[in-house]
Amino acid sequence: MLDKNGIAQRIAQEMQDGWYVNLGIGIPTLVANYIPQGISVEFQSENGVLGMGPFPFEGEEDPDLINAGKQTITTMPGASFFDSAMSFAMIRGQHVQMTVLGAMEVSENGDIANWKIPGRMVKGMGGAMDLVASAENIIVAMMHTNKKGESKLLPNCSLPLTGVGCVRKIVTNLAVMDVREGSFHLVERAPGVTVQEIVEATAGALVVPEDVPEMRL
Amino acid sequence: MINKVVADAREAVSGIKDDMTVMFGGFGLCGIAENCILAVRDSGVTGLTCISNNAGVDDFGLGFLLATRQVKKMISSYVGENDEFERQMLSGELDVELIPQGTLAERCRAAGAGIPAFFTPAGYGTEVGEGKEVRSFDGKPHILEHAFDAQFAFVKAWKGDEAGNLIFKGTARNFNPMMAMAGKITVAEVEELVPAGELDPAQIHTPGIFVQRIFQGKNYEKRIEQRTTRPRNP
Repeated sequence: MLDKNGIAQRIAQEMQDGWYVNLGIGIPTLVANYIPQGISVEFQSENGVLGMGPFPFEGEEDPDLINAGKQTITTMPGASFFDSAMSFAMIRGQHVQMTVLGAMEVSENGDIANWKIPGRMVKGMGGAMDLVASAENIIVAMMHTNKKGESKLLPNCSLPLTGVGCVRKIVTNLAVMDVREGSFHLVERAPGVTVQEIVEATAGALVVPEDVPEMRL
Repeated sequence: MINKVVADAREAVSGIKDDMTVMFGGFGLCGIAENCILAVRDSGVTGLTCISNNAGVDDFGLGFLLATRQVKKMISSYVGENDEFERQMLSGELDVELIPQGTLAERCRAAGAGIPAFFTPAGYGTEVGEGKEVRSFDGKPHILEHAFDAQFAFVKAWKGDEAGNLIFKGTARNFNPMMAMAGKITVAEVEELVPAGELDPAQIHTPGIFVQRIFQGKNYEKRIEQRTTRPRNP
């Protein structure tokens, strides 16, 4: 079974040389720590920066330089700044090749719910609805089940949606799955996890091929 | 050159009235019009509809206007980190409209660009799209969103000149340029106000035509919301 860092490490293997990548808050942020050797990617943050670098050294924080999580950051050589309209032009215009998001629920047809729980304080969707509505390559990073042990991979989302039919791939603590033709398709097992465990933790339709290899990290 | 300079924040916000719709630039606490927010508070206006990506924190930014109950409605994409905001929202004192961040930006840009409405895929099939006109382009459904209509826009830049030209620093740019375009009266506060001719025209982010009033702000706190650092290597 993977921890959050393991999920991030597996997702990082999906990145290709020359890609622009948008990472959401939470597990997705950790993906930046595992860029495979020999490839170059640039991270976009929707508040208006391309070429985001690591956190600054203590004492070098700049209040005018933050990411979409409002954290202080640095920039890499070749970085650029822009306004919010141009930032979402990059996103809606499909200039960003990969988007990684967290989710509360994903349905078997690729719907995603990750912004609102009825009855709880709603903070807002931020840029998530724009990202999921437009990006071609959306990968969800999440735990396979919630804190009550219930599956987060469902026939239909029960929570208010962020976007419809948009998720292409899911990486959880248990498995890698593709989402297509109205089903989850099991691609890889996490180390030490059996197909049976994955089947039991998946409430939506899951297509299991004969051979399900274990992930290589 | 048309001189846009006003003496101070108080003069810059003159004309603001109860129940107006006003825009505030910034993302979180980054690039917010600190001086204008205080001047709006001190003007005593109430019933404001505020268009701003976020709503500040309890004791800074737009939190100042929430604390004094001068805001009737917030139009934002994300409003966390503010207890008083949450209290007013849950008690029904404050009306909140949450919209996708890219739609928020584009509704500002459209307002300034003479585009009354546009179609976007963001929010289709969600509660954001409920009741809105849907049209498919190349087989993909989009929803109709309208340009904002705001009497005032309050923006913050790093440098500006007497003609109202603005240059922003880092990610403090965010919503400021589009809101500058959108406001019927746009007020720009800058950290450094210089005579016309000192800024390189090729480096201007917001041309002065979009700015009606400009002044040099003071006492910038530029508070950091999430101070994240990494250790130095030994």
